Amino acid sequence: MSGHDNLPVQVEEPIDNPGLPEHHWRPTDVDPKAEKRAERQVAALFGLSAVCAVLFVVAYFALEVGDNHDTVLGMGASNVALGASLGGALLLIGVGIIQWARKLMADVELTEQRHPAASSDEDRALTVAALQAGLEESGIARRPLVRNSLLGAVAILGAPAVVLLRDLGPTNAQVSDAETGAGLEHTVWKKGMRVVRDVVGTPIRPSDVEIGDLFNAEPAAIFETDENGQPLIEGVPLQVAKSKAAVVLIRMDPADNTPARGRENWSVDGILCYSKICTHVGCPISLNERKTHHLLCPCHQSTFDLADAGRVIFGPAARALPQLPIAVDSEGYIVAQSDFTEPVGPSFWERDS
Amino acid sequence: MRFLNRSAGRLSRHRRSRLAGLALLLIGLLTTGGITYAVMPSSQAEDAQSNAVQVEEGRKLFLQGCSFCHGQNGEGIATVNGDNYGPSLVGVGAAAVHFQVETGRMPLAQPGVQGQVKPRTFSDEEVEQLAAFVASLGPGPARPNPEEYSVAGLTEEEREAAISRGGQIFLTNCTACHNFNGKGGAMPQGGFAPNLSDTEAVHIYEAMLTGPGQMDSFSNGNLSPEEKRDVIAYLYSLREQPSYGGFTLGGLGPVSEGMFAWLIGIGGLVGFAVWIAAHTTRTTKKKKVEA
Repeated sequence: MSGHDNLPVQVEEPIDNPGLPEHHWRPTDVDPKAEKRAERQVAALFGLSAVCAVLFVVAYFALEVGDNHDTVLGMGASNVALGASLGGALLLIGVGIIQWARKLMADVELTEQRHPAASSDEDRALTVAALQAGLEESGIARRPLVRNSLLGAVAILGAPAVVLLRDLGPTNAQVSDAETGAGLEHTVWKKGMRVVRDVVGTPIRPSDVEIGDLFNAEPAAIFETDENGQPLIEGVPLQVAKSKAAVVLIRMDPADNTPARGRENWSVDGILCYSKICTHVGCPISLNERKTHHLLCPCHQSTFDLADAGRVIFGPAARALPQLPIAVDSEGYIVAQSDFTEPVGPSFWERDS
Repeated sequence: MRFLNRSAGRLSRHRRSRLAGLALLLIGLLTTGGITYAVMPSSQAEDAQSNAVQVEEGRKLFLQGCSFCHGQNGEGIATVNGDNYGPSLVGVGAAAVHFQVETGRMPLAQPGVQGQVKPRTFSDEEVEQLAAFVASLGPGPARPNPEEYSVAGLTEEEREAAISRGGQIFLTNCTACHNFNGKGGAMPQGGFAPNLSDTEAVHIYEAMLTGPGQMDSFSNGNLSPEEKRDVIAYLYSLREQPSYGGFTLGGLGPVSEGMFAWLIGIGGLVGFAVWIAAHTTRTTKKKKVEA
């Protein structure tokens, strides 16, 4: 304990310090055989770790991956072998070190008194004096012109940052275009566009839809091809178009439905078409309860009543589900009367409806 | 030539016999009657009769096992608050009966949010009779034929295309409730979308066709019979697929994975921490004082 000069002054204890109890040794401290055994255990753990590491390398090259992968117990053999061997290698090193510390490393009790946490009074006074001297010498309090011009310069540095960040992407107002369906207010739906089945892209007749049916549908535009059979829209624009324009089409008993004012002719014989994009944070929703016509969002349980103009009846969504007005074209297929009359999906700053 | 002429002459001698006409008439009558009987054992008249018997037998079973909730003529029984004890079965068709009764959902053991799968109550023959009775109440979807939902007749390439198309259709139409690999999920008001891992192909097809409980129906105008078959092919392909990534933990996604990480993972770490800090074995022996 020498070298610790600033120990607190020893006060007289109310009861005598009983000191440490008698030290009991571990078997490995007193029995050379046990010590040898523990040594071998630790070495064996480290050795096993090495074996696991080698197995990892072997499994990496030996086991087939990809379409025609090897299996073990109904699981991918490569994944199982790589995970088990690398996990084993790391774990066994840890277990070996702990075993080493517990059985073989020095086993004696140490006592060390706690130091006071605060610096000494002289140190504190010195530090405060140094800070004061710095303030005085810089003259920041005496020269308001320097101080204020510095504050002004730092504040104006925000302007380049604002300009740069603003140009990271186009604003909604710059891209918004009703013709192509770009921007947050528009989708690719337009007057006369057919409502088609998702995945297969076939148009739908009202007679195809039975009461109780739910169709996951898309606008015909995203399935259109040019004369060579190449899709007209693909890649990111396709994903954007799909993510805004996806709809569900359901048919209910017309007596069940109470259309909102002005939407009386938005349905065809009890067939209603709603956006599939939740108005909370934009998850696709198609979790429908047939008997109650409640459409439920799996993300945060927002629930919309499709028999009541998509009104929110539960959950965090703030706006009713946008409805797509539909009609039947001259060939008897279901088409949109127009684009959605309000932006689909979550709320945003510039939204005015 | 001479031989032929001679036998022809012998035949023509018999033809002139007095009984020849009668014999010919008898042979003719027996042959036509026999052929008609052999070719058309299930002629329409007989079919209609057996169907009437089936419906009658089905009606008896229905009165005994189903009418308490569904009404004596399957018209349903309404409660004062607008719900019903049992919905009307007019127009649900034979497919709905096969699905509900063969999976044991109907008859219900007790009223509840939705029917539960349990050992079935009625034999195959009785299900046929019940289905015939319910189908007679109003036009509805009939039971699908095996060739409608089986991919057995397809070539290897066609089957792979069917599985891939069925996967897309499943992920678009079914995943919201039944989970991305058909393991089912929770629904509002204590309901649930069942796990499809052990459901028979015919019952998956009938469920799509009829929309049991809260499920939407996927009529033939919605998903064509081929598309329904593809969905079933996809679900069956999932069953044979080894789980490449290791243990599936029920295939339920973040719920079971999180539970595993928190209980087994963190629990294991706590166990190690306890072991690291635990007292080692001590002995009463003294260390030999080194000389």
